[in-house]
Amino acid sequence: MNRTIARLTMRGLLSPRRLMLLSLIPLVLLAVAGLLRGLAEGLEIDTATTILSSLAIGTVLPLIALICGTGAIATEIDDGSVVYLLAKPIGRPTIVLTKYLVALFGTILLAVVPTAIAAFILAGADKGIVLGFTASALVGALGYSALFLLLGVVTRHAVVVGLLYVLIWESLVGGAVPGAQALSIQQWSLSIGEKIAADGLIASAVSLPVGASLLTAVALFGLYFAVQRLRSLTLAGEQ
Amino acid sequence: MTTISVDRVSRWFGNVVAVNDVTMTIGPGVTGLLGPNGAGKSTLLHMMGGFLAPSTGTVTLDGAPTWRNEDIYHHIGLVPEREAMYDFLTGREFVVANAELFGLPNAGFAAQTAIDTVQMEYAADRRIATYSKGMRQRVKMASALVHNPSVLLLDEPFNGMDPRQRMHLMDLLRKMGAEGRTVLFSSHILEEVEQLAHHIEVMVAGRHAASGDYRQIRRLMVDRPHRYTVRSDDNRALASALIADESTAGIELDLRDGVLHIQAIDFVRFTRRLPHVARERGIRLYEVSPTDESLESVFTYLVGA
Repeated sequence: MNRTIARLTMRGLLSPRRLMLLSLIPLVLLAVAGLLRGLAEGLEIDTATTILSSLAIGTVLPLIALICGTGAIATEIDDGSVVYLLAKPIGRPTIVLTKYLVALFGTILLAVVPTAIAAFILAGADKGIVLGFTASALVGALGYSALFLLLGVVTRHAVVVGLLYVLIWESLVGGAVPGAQALSIQQWSLSIGEKIAADGLIASAVSLPVGASLLTAVALFGLYFAVQRLRSLTLAGEQ
Repeated sequence: MTTISVDRVSRWFGNVVAVNDVTMTIGPGVTGLLGPNGAGKSTLLHMMGGFLAPSTGTVTLDGAPTWRNEDIYHHIGLVPEREAMYDFLTGREFVVANAELFGLPNAGFAAQTAIDTVQMEYAADRRIATYSKGMRQRVKMASALVHNPSVLLLDEPFNGMDPRQRMHLMDLLRKMGAEGRTVLFSSHILEEVEQLAHHIEVMVAGRHAASGDYRQIRRLMVDRPHRYTVRSDDNRALASALIADESTAGIELDLRDGVLHIQAIDFVRFTRRLPHVARERGIRLYEVSPTDESLESVFTYLVGA
């Protein structure tokens, strides 16, 4: 990890104005949680977990991770300022790892923490729901951040590709085709929560060993390929 | 003493050959890389800077390959052509960050020295977003100088600079060259190059067209046959008078357009004789225009020379 790169990335990614705009996404989650809690006196636990699965883990988390993961590197590659990082005697793994940690920090701040708060508002402290969803969000952040960071290095259309993955594959296809769920970061993340929370409260399409190993694999491969790709990055637009 | 060696390097993008079998050695002092837009100058600079792999051949810095070799950046300072540079930072923050990224022990001091060198102290604490193009160029320069590199690679550094800034940067680069650094800059403007570099490398259409002392190359450029289009009130009489003079090699009477196409072999003599000849014969000149003065045609001629 390189402190200067972390500082530069952080200032680019989470400037006060951006932070304010990005906060709107978790604020919606918290508002929905608060409203449901206030309106429905005896809120069904099932309703709470459904909201948390689909809105917190299924929407807010990947969206924030996408913005932070691609924003941590794709913007610099796009406008060419990444040259000031690359023209330095710094190992490419250090650059990628630092960017990853910053993206992760942003995702934890704007998605994982709000998920924990929303879970607490909706379900209270018992039955391991808060812990379950927080853990799911955290491991999900680890996977998504690596994947979206890689997308940022690989393609100039990282945001579009990332959105397609989240909206089409995970939400649409994953919702309709059971097999597709086995290949979804969302489901892998929920497999951790399923294990932590009381029986049957959090549902995942995959078992914990499968989810955990696939998630680890995606995170590691994502970072590895991002390093490889950055090593051979040809700065576009030079002609 | 640092030397960049380009050895039989080609680089193609799909079907397009950007650099074609180029061999050159860039040593200490200021070298100008001259060529029209699209000649492959940037591609070559990118390969020297380690941002592009040669398709064939090798690019080395004192024997070490530049591609996929982060260690070269201890010795290289890079001034890219593109503008983007962390606009949310102040000039000083940007240079300090660069110094830190080079791993300098006293980044603040190194940054201050570099800022002073490019005379940007007065605006160092303003955000880069507010800078003019010339100011950006100078801060880029400071960020490239901050670790005191032995090689400086600059891609079109004078673009967008006003005459004063240009002069200042030229002085600076001359000084760097005199100190024994290897300074290579690209430009598509002959005047820029001849003011600054004694040694020039000329690229045309991806090929290495000429190399050496700029005066010799300049002479080649001046001595080549020049083509003119001339319109007068008596083209035929003017043609017969001019063909008798030794400064011309051929004249075509273009009846359809009512002009003369003249090929002059002694450029200086021709431009002096033409008005005299016209006056002696009482011929009125309406138009005298060189037809191939574009830089491209000058370079194309060089390739053939």
